[in-house]
Amino acid sequence: MSEIREKVDVCVVGAGHAGCEAALACARLGLETVIFTVSVDSIALMPCNPNIGGTSKGHLVRELDALGGEMGKNIDKTFIQSKMLNVSKGPAVHSLRAQADKADYTREMRKVLENQDHLTIKQAEVCDLLWEDMPDNKKKITGVKIYTGTIYECKAVILCTGTYLRARCLCGEAITYTGPNGLQAATHLTDSLKELGVEMNRFKTGTPARMDKRSIDFSKMEEQFGDGKVVPFSYSTDPASIQKEQVSCWLTYTNEETHDIIRANLDRSPIYAGIIEGTGPRYCPSIEDKVVKFSDKERHQVFLEPEGLHTNEMYVSGMSSSLPEDVQVRMYRTVPGLENCKIVRNAYAIEYDCINARQLGATLEFLDIKGLFSAGQFNGSSGYEEAAAQGLVAGINAAMSIYHREPLILDRSESYIGVLIDDLVTKENREPYRMMTSRAEYRLLLRQDNADIRLRKKGYEVGLISDEQYQALLEKERLIQAEIARLKATNVGANKEIQEFLIAHDSATLKTAASMAELICRPELSYECLKEIDKEREAFSMELCGKPSLPEEVIEQVEIEVKYEGYIIRQRRQVEQYKKMEEKKIPEDIDYDLVPSLRLEARQKLKSFRPASIGQASRISGVSPADISVLLVYLEH
Amino acid sequence: MLKKDTIAAIATGLTDSGIGIIRISGPEAVLVGDRLFRLPSGKKALEQLPSHMLQYGFVVDENTEDKTSWKNHILDEVMAVVMKAPRSFTGEDTVEIHCHGGLLVLQKVLECAILNGARLAEPGEFSKRSFLNGKMDLAKAEAVIDLIHSQNEFAHKSAVNQLKGMLSEQVKNLRSDILYELAYIEAALDDPEHISLEGYNEKLSEKVDDISNRLKKLIATADNGKLMKEGISTVIVGKPNAGKSSLLNALLGQERAIVTDIAGTTRDVLEETIRLQGIGLNIIDTAGIRTTDDVVEKIGVEKAKKYAGDADLILYVVDASVDLDESDREIISLIKDKKAIVLLNKTDLTVKVNEHDLEDYLKADGCLQTKVIRTSITENIGIEVLEETIKEMFFRGQINMNHEVVITSLRHKQALMEALESMTMVKTSLENEMPEDFYSIDLMSAYASLGHIIGEEVDDDLVQEIFSKFCMGK
Repeated sequence: MSEIREKVDVCVVGAGHAGCEAALACARLGLETVIFTVSVDSIALMPCNPNIGGTSKGHLVRELDALGGEMGKNIDKTFIQSKMLNVSKGPAVHSLRAQADKADYTREMRKVLENQDHLTIKQAEVCDLLWEDMPDNKKKITGVKIYTGTIYECKAVILCTGTYLRARCLCGEAITYTGPNGLQAATHLTDSLKELGVEMNRFKTGTPARMDKRSIDFSKMEEQFGDGKVVPFSYSTDPASIQKEQVSCWLTYTNEETHDIIRANLDRSPIYAGIIEGTGPRYCPSIEDKVVKFSDKERHQVFLEPEGLHTNEMYVSGMSSSLPEDVQVRMYRTVPGLENCKIVRNAYAIEYDCINARQLGATLEFLDIKGLFSAGQFNGSSGYEEAAAQGLVAGINAAMSIYHREPLILDRSESYIGVLIDDLVTKENREPYRMMTSRAEYRLLLRQDNADIRLRKKGYEVGLISDEQYQALLEKERLIQAEIARLKATNVGANKEIQEFLIAHDSATLKTAASMAELICRPELSYECLKEIDKEREAFSMELCGKPSLPEEVIEQVEIEVKYEGYIIRQRRQVEQYKKMEEKKIPEDIDYDLVPSLRLEARQKLKSFRPASIGQASRISGVSPADISVLLVYLEH
Repeated sequence: MLKKDTIAAIATGLTDSGIGIIRISGPEAVLVGDRLFRLPSGKKALEQLPSHMLQYGFVVDENTEDKTSWKNHILDEVMAVVMKAPRSFTGEDTVEIHCHGGLLVLQKVLECAILNGARLAEPGEFSKRSFLNGKMDLAKAEAVIDLIHSQNEFAHKSAVNQLKGMLSEQVKNLRSDILYELAYIEAALDDPEHISLEGYNEKLSEKVDDISNRLKKLIATADNGKLMKEGISTVIVGKPNAGKSSLLNALLGQERAIVTDIAGTTRDVLEETIRLQGIGLNIIDTAGIRTTDDVVEKIGVEKAKKYAGDADLILYVVDASVDLDESDREIISLIKDKKAIVLLNKTDLTVKVNEHDLEDYLKADGCLQTKVIRTSITENIGIEVLEETIKEMFFRGQINMNHEVVITSLRHKQALMEALESMTMVKTSLENEMPEDFYSIDLMSAYASLGHIIGEEVDDDLVQEIFSKFCMGK
């Protein structure tokens, strides 16, 4: 039998949100790349919620964009409602979330892929990984083999299989062996991975029903509007270009009747009946879970969200379930406004194979398999944004490795992406991992408003950000620094005009002179309102950038940096301590058996986690400060 | 861990020697030292002092409310020396303050150094720095590793063991209260559409006041030295009905232990703390030691033996009205290698054993130095002599207390104060109407500080709490 042999640089397995970013990054960096998908029609599919962003996830998209990813641009093209969440709280937790037109989102991303140089889309199931043994007990990836027998020789493989590996969907007693949306599952790759020595896990997640809009009575629900002024996700999207008419979402609630039906039928839920073996996420519990675990809550919120402009389907957020169809229908129909609902697609739970991500390094390359990278739900995460972020990092690092260049490793103090990857590769992960703002210990510095300042330079160094974009960033930074310096140096005396101004703004009068920066720190005052007494502002701005007022995004940074300076400085100090620990690298070939006095538990944990730095080691549960001291002393000699 | 901050600790052993040294090491060592050291003239001059030269002066505690003359705040008359980097043990700028050896004084001076900006050194940290700064050769490295390891293990064990049960309970409650508030804020930040923070600030403000007050009470407790089981660990042993419980009561000045004429009444152990002219004694009364078939009593006997093994001082009570026997031999074998005082009790009754018999008996079994005191505890005869003897032994350095306790106690106090400081910052943020995500940082610091006391790490507590207490959406 004659077989086809193709030769490329990179093979990306899967064309979901991780796969798309990985493939685009590689191709844009000049590598011949093939992206495999079981169905070309499902590129960048959103099989669950119809939105991008949300708390902390919005941060991920911003960071992705700063580094040169595609997700932000794509949602800016295809959103139908946009909202900045948490605006009443501190700037660090403001988060952008947009409702997407799902079909549009998929179509637009596919267009980008199809028009990308060096990138080939191939509809095929990858069945085998090809590798050779290396002298140091490690392995090296040499290619992949697809179902038809064709072999693609390559230098790197990036696995982004999402929820497709040995997928199983459950809707009560009805079980199908398919991926999301009834798409074909990938059944062969798991065996090949096991043969390679990869340790597999099994996770589950779920999605609620989709309903026919015409069968819903919205008059019984509260309308949820988008923001009047839309903020784009991408730094390269002109805000003026995306101010458009938006669609609404709708809020309603479950009630005791709903809960009674669920409780009476728990024995028919595959999770409670023990049919599901996978571990599910706690942060998006099924409605069964909510009713059981929070039995004291009389009602739960339900949001009806449109799936697009050209469809009648509505997503029922807050009520994912794996109960049988007849229970689903009865349960949904107890909710005000859904009394006569018609279900287009049933809610279901899905189980899939993924890996224990501790087998990966911070570059998302397997520690023991050179050239094999992985990203997204395959790594045990959950969510489109988490997947995309990893996809980009894996793609960049596959390219860096092929070019023999320094890898892109983001740390916890500079990005949510860094937190996400560090958590995945160093912590015991027992459920699909979702990003949360509480996971980011240096949150005050990792704001969605400054992702460009934090990461654009890295994107530029990697080669995914253009000169022009980088120069724009440098200019922005220049303006910010100059204006902050001016505000700190500009003093106002306790004269009549100032005192009257302060009284008018409900602010305490001055006893001695104060700087403009000190006034901005007062909660009741802002950069904007101080304009009145800030006489030099306009002239300074003219001199600085030729306009009477600095650009909005510059003012935003100036205000935040000045207003929260005390907190930001404290957080920076913590980061310095943290960095010192991160900079102490642990050699890859360290033999922990030779380190005297390590406690047994610590020795075992260190052996299995193989931390890259002292900092990473210190975050492993079961490794005590004393063990770290011991390790430090050992490393010194 | 890699922090190059300034650390301080008692560098000498904590025996009651003539001189005890407080060592301060790190980039700010001189600065910290300068804040607490005064020349006899009252001037601060440590910063001007030449390196490696001893200077006479005083340690002054200025962190008091009392703003009268510095002379009223002298902690000790001392010699101080500055050793500039790299010519010191650690290789860093170092200040050593040579104090009079009293443990209480050393503790106060150390506390003063900490209030002035030093951090309490971790066990073995001076040695670690010394090594990391290249002041030790390779051969010593392994010894340092062992030292760090064993000292940490010991400190940790003693930290937890020495903590009074009630305190650890209170710290746990404080932590769980803080964690709940944190989780509430974080859940609302992560899921603003399901969980609202409206009106929450007022509630939190009350909670912060409550937590701060509880912390202040605990700190006051720490100041009274009641945080830890401090003092010389003293164990009373003897045959049943020799008068052990009566001795404990006599020392306590009140009836605590159940005293009867029935042998074997004290079946478990009783524990009390007393102060004997400034010396803390942690006294454990044990069950009488004799060969027995009674299961419950047997357990008591085994415990008594174990306590005796761990004790700093053993008080062996002998009943003068009954003959010495095998059980006495067993007890003597317990006290042979320990500091012990033998009390020949019930000398008011018909005496069957006199001092000479007893001393011969002891000597025959290898207890050559053990002092024997004639007592009649019920008649309050000999108690004073006993108290004098204990005092003398302590001041001669023949008995020592568990030193780690002093240090651990200081460490705990420091952690409590850090937690209180964090709570104060939460309060300030609340008053300044800062957004919720700002003060959650300080809540987390308070939570972490308290965790150090009971030896618990932060790790994934928060995420667990969020999911278990709050129903997240989607």
